[in-house]
Amino acid sequence: MSPADALPWWAALPTALLLVFGGVITLVGALGLVRLKHFYQRIHGPAITITLGAGCILIASMLYFTVQQSRPVIHELLISAFILMSAPVVAMLIMRAAVYRDLRAGRLITGAEKHDAHRSGGEDRERT
Amino acid sequence: MTTAALLSVAIWFALVCVALSMLLCALRLVIGPTAQDRILALDTLWMCTMLLVLMLGIRFGNLIYFEAAMLIALIGFVSTVALAKFLMRGEVIE
Amino acid sequence: MKRWLPSLPLSLALFATWLLLNQSIDPAHLLLGAVLAIAAPLLARPLQPHGHARIGRPLALFRLLWRSAIEIVRSCFNVSRIILFRKADGVNSQFIHVPLELRSPHGLALLSCLINSTPGTVWVELLPDNNELLLHVFDLHDEQWWINTIKTQYEQPIRELFEPAAVSGEHP
Repeated sequence: MSPADALPWWAALPTALLLVFGGVITLVGALGLVRLKHFYQRIHGPAITITLGAGCILIASMLYFTVQQSRPVIHELLISAFILMSAPVVAMLIMRAAVYRDLRAGRLITGAEKHDAHRSGGEDRERT
Repeated sequence: MTTAALLSVAIWFALVCVALSMLLCALRLVIGPTAQDRILALDTLWMCTMLLVLMLGIRFGNLIYFEAAMLIALIGFVSTVALAKFLMRGEVIE
Repeated sequence: MKRWLPSLPLSLALFATWLLLNQSIDPAHLLLGAVLAIAAPLLARPLQPHGHARIGRPLALFRLLWRSAIEIVRSCFNVSRIILFRKADGVNSQFIHVPLELRSPHGLALLSCLINSTPGTVWVELLPDNNELLLHVFDLHDEQWWINTIKTQYEQPIRELFEPAAVSGEHP
């Protein structure tokens, strides 16, 4: 721990709490990735890593550097904004790829909505 | 206990947590039965790497790590989109 | 004005991004940022077939985003609890259909971002023939409750933001 000497308590305590909490949430998300049964459940695990875990650690980083450099250091907002815009796109793309592949392989999707999901998959195939 | 010691413990704990989650992602990457599982694991791995680099930045008190984290987030997004696109169409550029 | 500055919020966001990336407010960076903020939207205009979104009431947008942020944190805890303490077989993951009235492409983009950011729900596809949304829910208790929540919590405010004419036409 090099230059953390002069950090006051009111800044160090929230930073430490946010870091610990973010780490635990990240671990829970990855645990979900391993523990859940099939793909359509697993896709929900990393979502908590991406939103709450990353959010906590980014806020901790902002707080730490703002106090340490004694000037506002808020460029972590860029990463937050980027993640907020890109994570939904990634989730949707992976989900659609999975649904498309499962339909094409003839595997049934978990739910009863086979008919309509089938239609959406078929239309994907037409576009190809 | 000084603030430096407190922060040090917190950062170590968070680093271990994120490293463990990277291990779990790697496990899913290896055993994942389908290709989409592997892509999901890879995406989470990118995210955990970004968090790890960000926390190393706090640990060493250096702002340069931020740039690395930003680049990792950017490259991770592009690569995941390309892989998902590839799964869907069999080609990346249509 | 309209011709050189097609969307003021976009230009301001680009300007702020440039300053944040460089972490300085030197006159040189201000100038470069201003050039970027004016040139980039002009160069990227052909890439946006639907044009720029017009947001009439930024306050309503912030209220919507704030409520969604609270909802995201709440469902984070719900999903974590399920992952940690529930047996994996007992989780009832389902696809559900939500009929949507929202048509504006910008509104749909915002809706999909909000739904996908919330842990526990993933947007799969918008079925084009009847404008129905296919949604995957992590732990489904009551399908009707989810449909009502999405329609009242998300779709209604977004429609008021992006399609004010259609909404006021429906309820005179």
